[in-house]
Amino acid sequence: MSLLKIRNLSVEFATATGPFRAVDSVDVDVEKGEILAIVGESGSGKSVSMLATMGLLPWTATITADEMSFEGRDLRTMPGRERRKLIGKDLAMIFQEPMSSLNPCFTVGFQIREALKEHLDLDRKARQARAVELFEMVGIPDPERRLKAFPHQLSGGMNQRVMIAMAIACRPRLLIADEPTTALDVTIQAQILDLLTDLQKDTGMGLILITHDMGVVAETAERVAVQYAGQKVEDQKVADLFDRPHHPYTSALLAALPERATERRLPTIPGVVPGQHDRPRGCLFSPRCKFADDRCREVPPPVQPRPIGLARCHYPLNVPAGAEEERA
Amino acid sequence: MLRYLLSRLITFVPTFIGVTLISFAFIRVLPGDPIIVMAGERGLTQERYEELVQRFGFDQPLWQQFWDYLTGVVQGDLGNSFVTNRPVWDEFFTLFPATLELSLCAIIFAMVLGIPAGVIAAVYRGKFFDRALMSTALVGYSMPIFWWALLLIIVFSGWLGWTPVSGRIGLLYYFDDVTGFMLIDSLLSGQDGAFGSAVQHLILPSIVLGTIPLAVIARQTRSAMLEVLSEDYIRTARAKGLSSGRVNGLHALRNAMIPVITVIGLSVGTLMAGAILTETIFSWPGIGKWMVDSIFRRDYPVVQGGLLLIALIVMLVNLTVDVLYGLINPKIRKR
Repeated sequence: MSLLKIRNLSVEFATATGPFRAVDSVDVDVEKGEILAIVGESGSGKSVSMLATMGLLPWTATITADEMSFEGRDLRTMPGRERRKLIGKDLAMIFQEPMSSLNPCFTVGFQIREALKEHLDLDRKARQARAVELFEMVGIPDPERRLKAFPHQLSGGMNQRVMIAMAIACRPRLLIADEPTTALDVTIQAQILDLLTDLQKDTGMGLILITHDMGVVAETAERVAVQYAGQKVEDQKVADLFDRPHHPYTSALLAALPERATERRLPTIPGVVPGQHDRPRGCLFSPRCKFADDRCREVPPPVQPRPIGLARCHYPLNVPAGAEEERA
Repeated sequence: MLRYLLSRLITFVPTFIGVTLISFAFIRVLPGDPIIVMAGERGLTQERYEELVQRFGFDQPLWQQFWDYLTGVVQGDLGNSFVTNRPVWDEFFTLFPATLELSLCAIIFAMVLGIPAGVIAAVYRGKFFDRALMSTALVGYSMPIFWWALLLIIVFSGWLGWTPVSGRIGLLYYFDDVTGFMLIDSLLSGQDGAFGSAVQHLILPSIVLGTIPLAVIARQTRSAMLEVLSEDYIRTARAKGLSSGRVNGLHALRNAMIPVITVIGLSVGTLMAGAILTETIFSWPGIGKWMVDSIFRRDYPVVQGGLLLIALIVMLVNLTVDVLYGLINPKIRKR
């Protein structure tokens, strides 16, 4: 049984100018102890699909899915009270901006002990001991003193460690990290990523890493899902994806990596992600794709089978010899 | 902290001098000679008039009168009332507990209803309760306070007979002032029913005086909550699986309290102004009524001194609010 299984998830926001589809029939699978990376540009719906999983979207969002289950339990029909017992305990999430994600009015210690009090049957002393232990786990020196600090008294990196400590406080089965290093200094980024992968190894929890940094993907993840304009366009093992990308978008993304560039000028993908009002009829990537033809512009592409990386494309690249027959 | 307090107290000095000057000028601009008003219909002889002019110092140039007043104030002497000849200071502190008691009850009434109402309106924004509440608040805010008072008296005292019309306590009870607060004194007196009577007398004036602050607090709480609810840390709190009561009532409200206590502090000025009307309508023997009476009697020292003390109270309350900011949100303390 997979840890998290999502089929055909769509999220629509009611906006002043009509509905906006932020996530468009996305599938997500995470196995126990697996590290899945979700990559994509800003606005590709990576965060929104995970916020929908956590149940943290505002009321303007309409969520539909054929299946949405965590350890076999259906998240769609679960009553609010049940779901609150699950999130923060078995299913935890950390966010992009550690500085603004912690409440400025309370000490970090209070905010961690609060999570423990909510989900675990520990007395005051045990909670304090567990908070100290957690701070040691995430590498915060002098934990007793730091627990008494307010978020504004700590650095961004320290605050992200606090966020991580808070998220793993109740030993979650799955941790969702939404661009955990984007707001941090480059030197701190590597430390936080190492911390996350170490914790994942030690605890055996599943980890979903949302990022737009292909370098992060290469270093940490086992499998990677590429999202574009609310759709998942490719899903492969990391090594295979870097070797043989099947979707033109993935291929263009990889070509834009500085370490892969062959010319003096870094290649770019012309154009921008389609927004609410300029969504193409056919393939969403067709206006920016150098392989696109009339069929791409008119007909939405199918999802290719697993050996072709579940690519959402009419003309996938690097198709292995055996897979071609399977398609036909 | 101590340095901060000191620097704030120093900024009081120019405000203090300004208020002294304005209150001194204000009462003298009003037409009407205090000596003539004091003499009443009987009138007085020219010699007696001259004598009084000299005694009150009205023969001195204005700047000299102001200087004398200012030096007196600095030494803690606000002068004596023309009418009762008692020190302004004493009169103020005899009457002040009555006003303080009424103002406290009014502001507690406004906070107890206004803050939860604002929180609920923000959480259910755009829904029926929100709209109903905000329109009611607008009505409450724009309502003339004397008209509202009379309306309540007609309904609750006249038709229903639930509450008394005026005063602080029933005529059946008599006991000496201990603290000046009727609620406390009536309890201390040990007389049966005295406390109940004091409470009954407080209800209508508190509602009347608390209505405008109630509307302001409800609206401010709502808008502050709306802003805070979209913050990242609220999402974090919800991601911890906390109940919505805890997320809204603790994590959001505590941050939203900063602008709310600001308007509470500012509404102390409104309360003092409102107290003048409310106390007059309900014959509440506080400083509001005392000030109105003194203005009609052209009792210069009382009006000057009273205004000055009220201004001082408003300034001190706002200083307290500034100190509270740091206690609610330590991030502000750092700056």
